[in-house]
Amino acid sequence: MGIWERLTGNFPEVASVALICIGFAMLLFSRNLFKKIIGMDIMDSAAYLFLACQGYITGRAAPIVADGVQAMEAYINPIPAGLVLTGIVVSVSVSALSLALAVRLYARYHTMDIDEIIRLAGEEEV
Amino acid sequence: MRFVQNFPFFCILLTLICTVISSVLSGKKARMMTVFILGADWVLNAFTLADVLRTGESFAFRMGHFAAPWGNEIRVGVAEALAAQVLLTVILLAVLAGMKRSTVGVEKSKSALFCILCDLATLAMLALVYTNDLFTAYVFIEINTLAAAGLTMSRQNGRSLAGGARYLIMNLIGSSMFLLGVVLLYIITGQLLMVPLRETLATLDLNGQYRVPLLMALLLITLGLGMKSGLYPFEKWLPGAYPNALPTASALLSSVISKSYIFLLIKIYTRVIGFELVRQTGILNVILVMGCAGMIMGSVKAVRSRTTRMMTAYSSIAQIGYIYMALGLGNELGMLAALWHLLAHSMTKSLLFLSGSVLDEASGGTHQRRDLRGVFYRSPLAAVCFAVGGANLVGVPLLSVFITKVTMAEAAIACGGWRLALTLAAMVVSTLLNAAYFLGTASSFFSPREGMKEQRVKGSRLTTAALAVLLAVNVVFGLMSQTLLPILQTALQAIV
Repeated sequence: MGIWERLTGNFPEVASVALICIGFAMLLFSRNLFKKIIGMDIMDSAAYLFLACQGYITGRAAPIVADGVQAMEAYINPIPAGLVLTGIVVSVSVSALSLALAVRLYARYHTMDIDEIIRLAGEEEV
Repeated sequence: MRFVQNFPFFCILLTLICTVISSVLSGKKARMMTVFILGADWVLNAFTLADVLRTGESFAFRMGHFAAPWGNEIRVGVAEALAAQVLLTVILLAVLAGMKRSTVGVEKSKSALFCILCDLATLAMLALVYTNDLFTAYVFIEINTLAAAGLTMSRQNGRSLAGGARYLIMNLIGSSMFLLGVVLLYIITGQLLMVPLRETLATLDLNGQYRVPLLMALLLITLGLGMKSGLYPFEKWLPGAYPNALPTASALLSSVISKSYIFLLIKIYTRVIGFELVRQTGILNVILVMGCAGMIMGSVKAVRSRTTRMMTAYSSIAQIGYIYMALGLGNELGMLAALWHLLAHSMTKSLLFLSGSVLDEASGGTHQRRDLRGVFYRSPLAAVCFAVGGANLVGVPLLSVFITKVTMAEAAIACGGWRLALTLAAMVVSTLLNAAYFLGTASSFFSPREGMKEQRVKGSRLTTAALAVLLAVNVVFGLMSQTLLPILQTALQAIV
């Protein structure tokens, strides 16, 4: 199998890796606190996409028993789906705290530049 | 199943309930509740420790009694129970010592929040020490991060907020790396519980399958947890976080939160991947070099620090370096030294942060090291606590870190070659620098200031009592090393 076939055959995984790289780069290189938080969210979502892809089986339904069908073969793997749900809850909490902190810092220093915030905070009395 | 085997789960549940109830209590009642629950956790965990010491076996507690891969479980052996007991002792004493001062600078309506953050840190520590499931570990890593970020910002001034932002960003990168590592492990094995995961990985290794994804997962988990615990060169968040938090928060951040990440890493190395497989990947060489660099760079920065808080914070980087260096040696003795130092440093660092803040207050709220001259005459107990803590980290015989250094040297000798040379060189340089800044600072405590009449400053009785107990715990831990070290060695073998 050639590289192109491998890439297109594993499209969701390739997309997740690309998103992870984009999120990581934003988190690492952007000086804007708000963009850093967005980068973190992209990175986490990409990890969840990657995980959800592993539990997906073409032609099967979401792991919620419907119409009395209880055969295991009718549903996708429920564990990654459960993990992704838990992960999303965690990510939302982290994003909420990060955004609240960003608002507080902006109100105090009138900038979103993290380097500038650290410089201004360093000039304050201990 | 014996009834005592429910106690670790009860500890986690009690702390969780306490966190929820504290959110509707007043500051004073929330503080009382936190101390009560910490006391209850301490007693329940002591029973668990006594039980596992008596039987010598670890046990698993299944949540809802579902088997892997559906269920979730906690696993308790001597290593887990002992680590939880030491860390609970530190949390309890740090909360008691800082009880009065935890409200300084915090709005009255929000004073219960500080207790909630302490409860959350306790909850996350217990879960990380006891969990046998990697995804649960990730969830509690994030809870730990949120609690730690809140504790970092507890002083509510510009520096602590900026320090909190930096802490949050760096730690979230670490959390994401850990998550990616766990996802990779799940993909190649289909397991998340530690013991079944280990069995699947052993089969894959035997067949020579998934070597590269396994290496990537290991690298992501190691770097993620290293970044979160302050491993050099990912420690940039640390100098802004520890010194700008309230004393209790600094003690919890340095002694409990960072240590629970390292304990989890030790569990992943031994119980999930298998130490032999970790050694084959060569990743231990990387953390050995990073650990040695941290030992020296942390000490150099501590020497150049002007304030006691900053000096103690930079010293944490050096001491975390010691733990990673010992892990990086890759043999059983190194692992033992790492676990021993994890516990010893946890107790000593909280003693230093708490006594350091009392010394600053007794010297008119100064933060400068030079203004602490003659502080022994103003606050004798705190001065003795700081001096003993500093002497311990230098490696004075009879104290616990001396045992660390001897065990590390033995582990390095067993390795031989470049590892021996690098480890011994880093230990010698770091010890000399430790002596320069800790003993240099502590010796000035006992020389009275010229032309000034020293007067004893009266502090809180609770702080004094908590400091005295913490000092006693530190000394006893060092003196009992001959008894405790073999227990820890057996516990490490049983952690698998």
